[in-house]
Amino acid sequence: MNLSFLILIPLLTAIAILVAKGTKQVRTIALAGSVLQLGAVLNLFWQYHVTRANGNNAQMLFEDDYTWFSPLNIHYHIGVDGISVAMILLTSLVVVAGVLVSWAQDKLSKEFFFLLIFLSMGAYGFFISLDLFTLFFFLEVAVIPKFLLIGIWGSGKKEYSAMKLALMLMGGSGFIFIGLLGLYFNTNINGAHSFDLLQIAKVPVPLAVQKIFFPFAFAGFGIFTALFPFHTWVPDGHSSAPTAASMFLAGISMKLGGYGCLRVATYLMPQAAHEYQWIIILLSCIGIIYGAFATMMQKDLKYINAYSSVSHTGFVLFGIGMLTQTAINGAVMQMVSHGLMTALFFAVIGMIYSRTHTRMVDQLGGLLKVIPFISTVFMIAGLTSLGLPGFSGFVAEMTVFMGSWQNPDGWYRIATILACASIVVTAVYILRAAGKTLMGPITDSHYNVLTDANWSEKLASGLLIIAIVAIGIAPFWLTDLIGPGTEAIMNKLMAVTH
Amino acid sequence: MNHYSYIALIPILPLASFLLLGLFGRKYFKAYAGLLGTASLLAVTVLALITAGQYFFEDGKVNGVYQKIIALKYTWLQFAPGVSIDMGIVLDPISVMMLVVVSFVSLMVHIFSLGYMKGEERFATYYAFLSLFTFSMLGLVIATNIFQIYMFWELVGVSSFLLIGYYFDKPSAVAASKKAFIVTRFADLGFLIGILILSFHAQTLDFATLIERLTAPQSSYFMSISTASFLGISVLTWGLALVFMGGAGKSAMFPLHIWLPDAMEGPTPVSALIHAATMVVAGVYLVARLFPIFSTSEAALHLVTYVGLFSAFIAAIIACTQTDIKRVLAYSTMSQIGYMMFALGVAKQGGEEGLGYMGSMFHLFTHAFFKSLLFLGSGAVIHMVHSNEMKDMGGLRKLMPITHISFLIACLAIAGVPPFAGFFSKEEILLAAYHTNKMVYAVGLFTSGLTAFYMFRLYYNIFWSKEAHIHGEHHGEGTLSMKLPLIILGILAVVAGFVPFSHFVTSDGVALETHIDYAFSALPVAFGLAGIALATYLYKTANDKPAAIANSLGGLYKAAYKKFYIDELYLFITKTIIFNLIGRPAAWFDKNVVDGLMNGLAALTAKISEMIKGLQSGKVQSYALYFFGGVLALAAMFLYLWK
Repeated sequence: MNLSFLILIPLLTAIAILVAKGTKQVRTIALAGSVLQLGAVLNLFWQYHVTRANGNNAQMLFEDDYTWFSPLNIHYHIGVDGISVAMILLTSLVVVAGVLVSWAQDKLSKEFFFLLIFLSMGAYGFFISLDLFTLFFFLEVAVIPKFLLIGIWGSGKKEYSAMKLALMLMGGSGFIFIGLLGLYFNTNINGAHSFDLLQIAKVPVPLAVQKIFFPFAFAGFGIFTALFPFHTWVPDGHSSAPTAASMFLAGISMKLGGYGCLRVATYLMPQAAHEYQWIIILLSCIGIIYGAFATMMQKDLKYINAYSSVSHTGFVLFGIGMLTQTAINGAVMQMVSHGLMTALFFAVIGMIYSRTHTRMVDQLGGLLKVIPFISTVFMIAGLTSLGLPGFSGFVAEMTVFMGSWQNPDGWYRIATILACASIVVTAVYILRAAGKTLMGPITDSHYNVLTDANWSEKLASGLLIIAIVAIGIAPFWLTDLIGPGTEAIMNKLMAVTH
Repeated sequence: MNHYSYIALIPILPLASFLLLGLFGRKYFKAYAGLLGTASLLAVTVLALITAGQYFFEDGKVNGVYQKIIALKYTWLQFAPGVSIDMGIVLDPISVMMLVVVSFVSLMVHIFSLGYMKGEERFATYYAFLSLFTFSMLGLVIATNIFQIYMFWELVGVSSFLLIGYYFDKPSAVAASKKAFIVTRFADLGFLIGILILSFHAQTLDFATLIERLTAPQSSYFMSISTASFLGISVLTWGLALVFMGGAGKSAMFPLHIWLPDAMEGPTPVSALIHAATMVVAGVYLVARLFPIFSTSEAALHLVTYVGLFSAFIAAIIACTQTDIKRVLAYSTMSQIGYMMFALGVAKQGGEEGLGYMGSMFHLFTHAFFKSLLFLGSGAVIHMVHSNEMKDMGGLRKLMPITHISFLIACLAIAGVPPFAGFFSKEEILLAAYHTNKMVYAVGLFTSGLTAFYMFRLYYNIFWSKEAHIHGEHHGEGTLSMKLPLIILGILAVVAGFVPFSHFVTSDGVALETHIDYAFSALPVAFGLAGIALATYLYKTANDKPAAIANSLGGLYKAAYKKFYIDELYLFITKTIIFNLIGRPAAWFDKNVVDGLMNGLAALTAKISEMIKGLQSGKVQSYALYFFGGVLALAAMFLYLWK
C-alpha cells in the first residue's frame, strides 16, 4: 500500500480541472476525482484494518521515507495510524459532499473547483506526514486557497473576512513554525537535527525546551481549531465563505489544528502538556461555554453554526487537555463527528440560502411544510449537534465527559460539569433555530413555491448522514480504529509522570 | 444464549416500522401507515405478553425469588477496562411489567389514533414518530446499563419533542415542544453528572455490578463513595440526588414540572401514551431500578419522598382550578406520579418494609390504564366539541354513552373507590406511608380527597352540568377504532386492581403477602367519597356556587389558577437572567472586546508598517544614507566594545 496516492489523486484531479473546458467538464472531473479518492480511502481503511487484524502492531503503517532536502535533513516521510486514517476518511467524505453541493457553481467554476481540490490535497498531505517540515508545508497548502475562496466567491463582508482569516491562520502558522524549529534545533539524532516525528518522539526533549516551545506549537495549532481567544476568525470566515468552503473550513481545516495539537504538541512535548494542562483546560472550557452562549444570541444561521463550532471544537482541546486516554479518544471522535456534522449543517444552510436568499432566522419560517427533505436534514444536523444518541455527536461528547471525569482533580471536575452544562445551552440554540426556521407559519409567500433538494444535494446530505449515523449507532469501529493510536500517545504521556 | 433471545424483536419491530414509515411512508403507503404501525405493535404486545407469561410463571423464579435474567448483552462503546456502554436486555419483575404496560398502552393508542388522526396530512409521519417513541421507551425499560438507559432516555425525550410539536405550524405547539425538551434536558444534565459520579466510584456502568458494588458496606467501592464528601454531603448522596434530578425532570416533579401542562399541545392520543402512561413514569422506573443504592442513603430517600409528596399535593391544588380538560389531567398525572415517588421514598430494600416499592410499581401499573383511558376519553370529547375548554362542554353523557361510562370508571379508579383499580394501589402506598412517616401519610390522604374532587369536577363539567352547543357537524362517538380502546381500558381499570401484584413485583423478588385491611381502608375511601360528594354538590348542575367560592378564596384561587406563577419565575430566569445577563454580554464581549483586540492588533501592525514604510522609499540615495549610518553605528559599537 502506497500512501502517496492520497496526494497524487487530488493533484492529478486539480491539473485535469485546469485543462478542462466548461463548467460541466470541470465539475464532472472534480466529482470523479473526489469519488475516486473516497474509494481509495475506503480501501486504505480496509487495508489498515486487515493489517492490524493480522497482528501488525507497528505504530505507523504503510510508511515511506525519502530524503527531500538532505542539508537540513528534511524528509518526505509518510505513514498512518488509526487517528490519521479517521481524519483522512473524514476529509474524503467532506470533499465529495462539498463538490456535490457546489454542483450549481457557475461563477469561475474552473478556479473554484481547482482551489477546492488543491486545498484537500493539503489536508491529505498533512494527515499522512511524519516529518514536521512536510507537515508544515502541507498545512500552508491548505491555508492559502481559503483566502481566495472567500475573497472571490464569498458573500457579505468577504474581503474583510478573507483577510482576517488569512492573517490569523498565518499568525498561527508562524507560531507553529517557531515550535517546530524549536524541536528541530534541540534534538540530536545520530549527530543531526531532525524533523522526523517518530524519531523526536523517541528521544527526550529537554524540559526547558518543551516549556518554551509547547505554547507556540499548541497555540498555533489552537488558532486553527478556534482556541479561545483566537477564535474570532471563525464566525466571520465561515459566514462569508461559499457553502463548500465553509464545509471545508469547519469540516477539515479546523481538524488540522486539533490533530496538530495532539500529534505534534502533546505527543512530542508531554511534560509541557502536563505543565500547561490547566491553561488548556481553562481556555477550552471558556470556549465551550462562551461559544455556546454567544451562539444563543446569533440571528444568522451561518453565524449560529460558526459560533457553535467554537463551542464544539472546544471539546476537542478539552479532551486533549485532560490527558486521559478516554478523553483523548473522545477528542479524536469529536473531531470526526464535528467535521461531518458541521459540514452537513453548512451544506443545508447553503441549500436554504440558495432558495430563500436569506439566512436570518427571523425572516425564515415554516420551511418544513414546503421543503421537507431539506428541513429534515436540517433537523438531523441539529439533533447531532445537540448530542442526540444515535448520531455521532453523542458518542464523542460522552467519551470526552467520561474521560474527563477520570481525571480526579477537583477543579477539572468543575470544568467538566461546566462543559456538560453546555449541552443544555446547545439544545436551546438548536431548537430555537430549528423552531424559527422550520416550524411555525410560513413567513413569506414566496416560500410556498420553493423546490426541495435536487439529486446532488440529496446525495451530499445522504453521504454525510450515513457517516454520522454509522458512528452514532456503531461507535465501536471508530474506537477500535483510533484506539492504538491514542494509546501510543498516552504511553508517552504516562511515561513522563513516573 | 438462552431461550429469551426473541425478546430482541420487541424493540426491533417498532424501530423497523419507524424506519419504514419515516423513510418511505409519505410516498408509498400513506393509506396503510396506521395499519402497518398498529400491526407491528400488536406483534410486540403479543411478544411482551408471552415474555411475561414465561418469566412470571415458568422460569423467572428460582427458590421463590424472582431473578434478574440478562437475555442479551453486547458491548457497544468501551470507555476503559470494565467501563463500557452495553446494549442489552434485562428481565426482572419491573422490566417485564413495564414491557407489558408500554406495549399494551401503545397498542391502544395506535388503534385509537386510526380514527382520531384520520385524514391528517402527515398521518404516516405521526405513526413513524409513535413507533420511534415506542422503540425508545421499550429500549429504556429493558436497559442493563445506566448509560443505555440514559441513551434511550434522550431518545424518548426527542420523540416526545417531535410529537408535541406535531402541529408545527401552531406557534404554541412549537413553544411547548421546545420547553419540554429544554426543561428535561436541563434535568438530564443532572442525570449525566450523576452517572459520571457513580460510575467513577463503582468503575462500571452495568446496573447489576453497580448495585452490587455500591450496596456492599464492606466493598472498597462503597467505602470510597460514601466517605468522600462535597459541601458536607456524601458523594453517594450527591450522585443519587443528581440521578434523581433526571428522573424528576422526566416525571414532571416539582420544580421541573413546568413542561408537562404545555405538552398537552400535542395530539391527545400522544398525551395518553407519553405524557400519562409511559414516558412520565420513567423517572419512577429509574429510581426503582437503582432502588438498592437509593436505600443505602437516607438523605436521598428523603429527597425522593418530599419532592414526590410536594408535587402530589401542589399539582392536586392546581388541578382543582384549571379549565382546560387536558391540563387538569396533566396536573393529575403529576400528582399521581408524586404518589409513586414518595412511595419509593418511604420504602426500604426487601421484606415487609419494601411495601412502598411494591405499592409504587402497582400504582404505576394501574395508573397507566386508567390515566390513558382518561386521556383517550377526553380525546373523544375534544374530537366531538372541537375545544379543550370546559365551558364548551356539558351534558355529553347522552351523546357519548361509551365514552361517558368508561370515563366514569376511570374517575372512580383514580379517586380510589373500591373495587376499581386505583383503590388497591393507592391503598398500599398509604399503608406504607402510614408505617413510616405519619406526616407523609396525612398529606397523601388529604391529596387523595382532592384527587376525587377535581376528577369529578372534570367529569361533571364534561358530561353533566349545562348542555353544550355542538358546533358544526356532529361526529357521534367516532369510529370503532376509537371506541374499542375505551372499552378495553375501561375493563382493565376495573380488574387491574385484582392482580395479585405483590406476588410478582417486590423490592427483593420475594412474594409479599398483602391483604385488605378494612379498618385502614375506611379513611382513604371516606376522603375519596367526600371529594366526590363535594364535586357533585358544586358541579352536577350549572350554578354559580363554584364562582362564588373562587371569589371568596380571592388571591389563593388566582395563584393556583396561575399555577403559582412558577412559569413566570422560569421565564424571568431564562429571558432576563440567562439571555440578557449572560448571552447578550457574551455576544457583545466577543464582538467588541475579543474581536476588537484582534482587529486592534491588526490595526496596530498596519500603523507600524505605515510609519516605517517611508524607509523603503526606493530612492538609492536614502538607502545609501541608511547604509552609511549603519556602518557608522556598527563602527561606533565596535570601538566601544573594543575598549
